[in-house]
Amino acid sequence: MFYLIQLLNAVQYGLLLFLLASGLTLIFGIMGVINLAHGSFYMVGAYLAYWLAKATGNLWLAIPIAIIIAFAIGLLLETTIIRRLYKRDHLYQVLLTFGLILIFEELRSILFGNDVHGVAVPAVLNFSIPLTETLSYPVYRLFVTGVCLAIAGVMYFVIQKTRIGMMIRAGNSNREMAASLGVNIPLLFALVFAVGMALAAFAGAIAAPITAVAPGMGNHILIICFVVVVIGGIGSINGAMIASLLIGLADTLGKILAPEYSGVAIYLLMAVILLWRPQGLANKS
Amino acid sequence: MTHITLPRSVLFLALLVLALFPLAGSTFYIQLGAKIIIMAIFALSLDLLVGHTGLVSFGHAAYFGVAAYALALIAPKYEPANLWLTLPAALIVTAIAALVIGFLVVRTSGIYFIMVTLAFAQMLYAIFHDTKLGGGSDGIYITVRPEMTVGGFKALDLESPVQFFYLALIMLNAVYVFLNYLLHAPFGRALAGIRVNEQRMRSIGFPVFSYKLGAFVLAGTIAGISGYLAACQFGFVNPEILAWHQSGTVLMMVILGGMGRLHGAVIGAAVYVLLQEFLSAQAFFGDYAKHWQLAMGSLIVLIVLVLPHGIGGFIDVFLRRYGYTSALQTENADD
Repeated sequence: MFYLIQLLNAVQYGLLLFLLASGLTLIFGIMGVINLAHGSFYMVGAYLAYWLAKATGNLWLAIPIAIIIAFAIGLLLETTIIRRLYKRDHLYQVLLTFGLILIFEELRSILFGNDVHGVAVPAVLNFSIPLTETLSYPVYRLFVTGVCLAIAGVMYFVIQKTRIGMMIRAGNSNREMAASLGVNIPLLFALVFAVGMALAAFAGAIAAPITAVAPGMGNHILIICFVVVVIGGIGSINGAMIASLLIGLADTLGKILAPEYSGVAIYLLMAVILLWRPQGLANKS
Repeated sequence: MTHITLPRSVLFLALLVLALFPLAGSTFYIQLGAKIIIMAIFALSLDLLVGHTGLVSFGHAAYFGVAAYALALIAPKYEPANLWLTLPAALIVTAIAALVIGFLVVRTSGIYFIMVTLAFAQMLYAIFHDTKLGGGSDGIYITVRPEMTVGGFKALDLESPVQFFYLALIMLNAVYVFLNYLLHAPFGRALAGIRVNEQRMRSIGFPVFSYKLGAFVLAGTIAGISGYLAACQFGFVNPEILAWHQSGTVLMMVILGGMGRLHGAVIGAAVYVLLQEFLSAQAFFGDYAKHWQLAMGSLIVLIVLVLPHGIGGFIDVFLRRYGYTSALQTENADD
């Protein structure tokens, strides 16, 4: 039973990572942009959820508003700044988005202070399923797992079965060709970027009740998402899914077996993958 | 891309000003000067990778931090450490760390390289932050600074800011001269070749992997010199010195000064440190001084958008306008 709980936690954490990593990997794959500010949107989502839930008293209202705000910020950012980076070297993309992180972190510090906040689990879901006499599993975590799975399903459907998904896949495999076939590349890029940001913010908002809303939360998860993208292979959604679950498992196992070194476990996994398949699990060399 | 080496006379003048600086400045400014020199060494080491080999490392703070921790861990608690022993020891540890990580990361390139270097630096951060090895998140104090003795005579006592300043200045010069020599030697030319066209270098028969790994280890070791000095200066190490903020900062210095120019790295370090000092000065900005990162972040965004070749690029244009072309080296027309 103990292991069942850990397994559920691992899957939940992995799926949450997938929400972030899928956006990150798509933005790499389609636009060729390395966006460090991706993690900042996770933070933005969590802080918006905290603030709006306090203002409206209702997390169910707070989450959609947070998503809309994040989508709008993403759109604004893409059209004003990120757009100028497409043709530039990765080095400048890293630097500029690093600058964005500093801006987001300081704005957070000015607007919300540097304290750690908590968000209450909504009353409807605030109970646990008893598994044995002493162990139980909180329903909200199951809910998060379910929502993430649903979103992954929708994403799969959109990308594989719809017209816009076709454009995204075309852009992912050959940008110039897609453009010359009449795909509105600037619009597509703006949309993909903003949706990626909205997804990251959604992950932050939905995770807010189970993790602390704290300064620097975006940076930590960003680096783990990098590990996911490296393991899965750039541009691959399937790879991101496999890698997210692997990282979820490695992290949870690490915390059980060697708590002090749990931070190292995922990087060791990455090192092994690098030696074995430097181009990632899902990409062919 | 054309590279310009500063005229000797300018370099000599700059060195003279720096050497005479402690005679005029107060302790605060001497320490600030030493901080700039340390960061300049750090930026120089990263420029070897980013500007000269074409490897964009986003985890360079790892080697800065490993050397600092190495000093903190091997220094005796209540008496000064011996600089002759601890500096080489710290550098060896750093070189080994760079070799192990380099062996893994040099296999990758482009975006992967950026992410993987960052991830491994973060792994070291996790080790120092989560385990008892280096005092956890609190870090370790180096209560007594190292000293350098020559035949029983105490030649250098780093407790003195002025003596520390000169040690750092000598180190900076040594690193600068060494890198300048190296980049014009066959090894450096090969690195330039790899930066411009790796495929071609491989087909000529250069062991590209070994060259890149060599550059990676060398850059890490030189970063170790700056980390060692930084630990000496602050008398304190904590995991933040190898966090990714530090890696981003040093990358910023390299770009700010204009990468691929040795003097660019030095200028970038000086401008960044002074800028940070200015933006975080309460005398100028009052309560907003503690939010200096907001201004710094905006400045970074602005510089990337409007000054793609950094301040060094500006100086090049200036030099060219005044007919200074004798030291102009055209590296490769199609770069």
